[in-house]
Amino acid sequence: MIRRVWFVLALNLAFCWPALVSAQAPGQSGGELHFCLRAEPKTFNPLLVEEDASETIRYLTGGVLIRLNRQTQALEPGLAVSWKVSEEGRKISFRLRSGLHFSDGTPFTSEDVAYTMKALMDPQLHSPTGDSFRSGDGQVVVQTPSSDSVVVTFPAPVAGLERLFDQVAVLSAHSPKKETAVLGPFYVADYSPGSYILLRRNANYWKKDKEGKSLPYLDSVRLDFQRNRDIELLRFRRGEIHLINTLDADYFDRLQKETPAAVHDAGPGLDSEFLWFNQVSSAPLPENKKTWFRTTEFRKAISMAINRADLSRIVFGGHAHPAFGPVSPANHFWFNSSLPIPQYDSAGALRLLAQAGFRLQGGTLRDSSGNRVEFTVITNSGNKSREQMVAMIQQDLSQIGIKANLVTLDFPSLIERITRTYDYEACLLGLVNTDLDPNSQMNVWLSSAENHQWNPKQSKPATAWEAELDRLMQAQSSATTEKKRKSDFDKVQQIVADQQPFIYLVNKDAMSAISPVIRGSSPSVLDPHAFWNADVLRLGPDPALGAQK
Amino acid sequence: MNPLQKLAASALCAIFVLMVLATFLLPTPYARQFRDIPNADPSTAHPLGTDALGRDSLSRLLYGTRVSLLLAPAAALLSTMIAALLGSIAGLLGGWFERIVLAATDLSLALPWLFLLLVVRATLPLDVPPFVSVVIAFLMMGLLGWQAPIRVICAAARGVRDSDYLLLARSSGCRPARLLLGHVAPNLRPLFYVQFFISIPLFILTEANLSILGLGVMEPMPSWGNLVRGFEDFSTLAASPWRLVPLILLVIVVMCFQLVLPSQEVTQ
Repeated sequence: MIRRVWFVLALNLAFCWPALVSAQAPGQSGGELHFCLRAEPKTFNPLLVEEDASETIRYLTGGVLIRLNRQTQALEPGLAVSWKVSEEGRKISFRLRSGLHFSDGTPFTSEDVAYTMKALMDPQLHSPTGDSFRSGDGQVVVQTPSSDSVVVTFPAPVAGLERLFDQVAVLSAHSPKKETAVLGPFYVADYSPGSYILLRRNANYWKKDKEGKSLPYLDSVRLDFQRNRDIELLRFRRGEIHLINTLDADYFDRLQKETPAAVHDAGPGLDSEFLWFNQVSSAPLPENKKTWFRTTEFRKAISMAINRADLSRIVFGGHAHPAFGPVSPANHFWFNSSLPIPQYDSAGALRLLAQAGFRLQGGTLRDSSGNRVEFTVITNSGNKSREQMVAMIQQDLSQIGIKANLVTLDFPSLIERITRTYDYEACLLGLVNTDLDPNSQMNVWLSSAENHQWNPKQSKPATAWEAELDRLMQAQSSATTEKKRKSDFDKVQQIVADQQPFIYLVNKDAMSAISPVIRGSSPSVLDPHAFWNADVLRLGPDPALGAQK
Repeated sequence: MNPLQKLAASALCAIFVLMVLATFLLPTPYARQFRDIPNADPSTAHPLGTDALGRDSLSRLLYGTRVSLLLAPAAALLSTMIAALLGSIAGLLGGWFERIVLAATDLSLALPWLFLLLVVRATLPLDVPPFVSVVIAFLMMGLLGWQAPIRVICAAARGVRDSDYLLLARSSGCRPARLLLGHVAPNLRPLFYVQFFISIPLFILTEANLSILGLGVMEPMPSWGNLVRGFEDFSTLAASPWRLVPLILLVIVVMCFQLVLPSQEVTQ
C-alpha cells in the first residue's frame, strides 16, 4: 500500500514538475548583485530613515503606494492601483492592489496602510519621513472603508502630497516580523555588522515584467560596507562588485580610460556647489565687510566675476555644468527655464561694483572708505574639488582687484562657525538634493529657518526680498494646483538669481559605474542612480569577454 | 670630506641657491593658472608641466622648496633643542627630575594632539595671512615634536652619567652647567644631529597633514607637503612620471643632510 502511494506521488511529480518550476521562479535569471555601501545603515525601520545607507535598504526592500520613476520623474502606481487627492490637498484616497502578501506571507490589506500612517505620524517616533507630512495642528485621520481602499485626511493641505508617499514603505500591521516583513523586491536575509547585508529575492513581490514573469530577476543583493572609495574602485576594477552608485569626476575619468563601457554620466544632477557671504547682523565681523556682504551689487559682481565654465571644465573634468540657481535643470518640472544663463563678465562686475561705490586703484579694489576688498572663504577640509574651486575663484576675483583667502576647516568646526558663532566671512559648500519638490527647501528659503545660511533664524525678514521669499514659499506650499505652485516657485528662483544670497556655481553630473555584466541598467540623474530599477536588473554575459558571469 | 660628501654638499648648495633665487628663476608666478592647459606634459614653457589647475609645476616646486626648506628645519631645530636641553639635564641629574621629565613626556605622548590643534585653529582668526599661518603651523610642530627625541637623548645622557670622564670632571669641581655644556652635550652631539635630520622629513609630511585641519600651507601657496599630497592619485603617476620630482627632491635633500653633517661630526 505504501509503495503504491509513493508510486502515485512520483508519477504526479513527474507530470507536474515543469509547471511547478515555472510557477516558482518564472523568468528569474538568478545571480547576486554585489555593490558597496559607504556606511552601515543606522536603522532597518523604514520610518526612521535619515541617511544614505538606510535609504538604500528602504529603497530595495520597501513597498510604497506610489513610486517616483527616477528616469521620467513621473509618479507611477505601486501598491496603490490609483489615487485621488482632494479637499485642496488635505485628503488622499488610495485604491490598493488586492491579493498581495508581505515577504513572510502575511496578507497585505488597507489595515497595513492605516497602521503605517499612524506609526509615521506618531510624535513619539520622531520619524523624519513623517515630518514631511506635518501640515498643521491636529490629527491625521486614516479610514479604511474596505480591505483595498484607504483614505488619509490631514489637518491642513500638504503640498505635493502624493509625491511624499514615494518615501513611505508600508509596514505590516499583523506580521510578527514587523519591519522585516516587506513588500519590496528584496528582503533582509542576513546582516553581519561591520561586514555586509544580504538581501534576498522576495518571492511575494507584486510586480511582473511585460511577459508576465515575476520580478525581481536577481536572486539576491549583497551590500558590503566600504568607506574607502579607492578600495571600492579597486574592487569594481577586479569585478568583485558590479556597480558604484555615485562616482566623483576624477574616479570617473580614471575608470573611463580602462573600461569606457562601465561608466555612465547621466548629465547634470540635483547636487549643487555654491558660495555665500555672511550677512548675520550679530556676526563678529568688521562693519565695512558686513556692508559689502549685504550689498546686492557686491554679491552680483562676485557672481559675474566667477568663471563657472572653467570650474566645470577644470575642477570637474567637464562632468559639471554652470548652475543657474537653486534648482538644477535636472529637475524637469520645477526648474525655471527663464532664468538667465550665468555669464562670466569681469568688466560687467567692475561696473556693478562702481555703482555700489567701489573703485579699482592700482589693481586693488577699495570700498568708498578706502578699505581694501579682501575676504576669507572657508570650506570643509579634505575636499579636493572645493579647494580647487576656491583657488580658481581666487584668480577670477584677483582680475577685479579682490583678494580672496582660503581656509579649510574640519567639518564640525565649520558647522560651528556657520550655525552658531557666525565667525566667518564667506563659505563654499555643496548641497545634496534628493527631493524634487520645493517644499523640501522650506528650511532654506524661509527667513526664520535654520538653514537660511546667509542670515538664519531671523525673527522677522531683514530685507524686503526675504519677506517676499517667505510669502512665496508659504503660498506655494498651500497652493492647490501644481501650476500655481510652479508659478510661485519660479518667482522664488528669480529673486534668488537677482539677489544672489547663494552664489550657485555648478551642478555636478550624476555619474555611476555599472559593470557590463548587468543587464537592464538605465542610470538616472535621481538617486539611486545605478539601481533605481533593481527589480528588472539581471546578470548576463559580459559582452567584452563573451563569458557567462 | 670624501667625494660622496662633496657631492652631497654641492647638491645642497645648488638647492639652496635655487631656493634663494626662486623669485628670479620662476618661469611664471606660482599661483597663475593657465586654464587652457591643465595637467600638461613638460614643454619649453613649462619644463615640469602644469598641475590640475594649469599652474606651472616648476614654479610651484621652487617656491614650495623655499617654504619647506626654510621652515621644516627651523621646526626641527626647535624641537631638537627642547629635547636636547630637557633630555640631557634629565639624564645627567637622574632622580626625581628625570622621573618628572619622563612622566611629562609620557603624558604628552598620550594627549590627543589632533584635538589641541583643532582648538588652536578654532581660536585663530580666519583672516591670518597665508605666510603667518604657515609659520604658526611650523612653530606648533616645533613646540610639540620633542617627545620622541627626548627619550632617546635622555637614555644616552643616562649612559654617560657614570662615565670616567664625567667622574673626573666632577672630582675636578665642575659645576652641573659646565658638565652639561662642556662634557655631556659634545658627546651627544651626533645624536642631536640625527634627531634633527630625522625630524625634517617628518615635519614636511606633517605639514601636509596639518593643511587638512586648516593649519598648514593654504592654497595657492605651494609647499613640499601639499605637492606630495598630489600623489594621492597614484594611477596618474605611471603616465606622467615627472610628477614625482617633488618627492625625488625631498629624498635627495634628506639624504644629502644625512650624508654631509653627521659625517663631519664623526671626523672631528
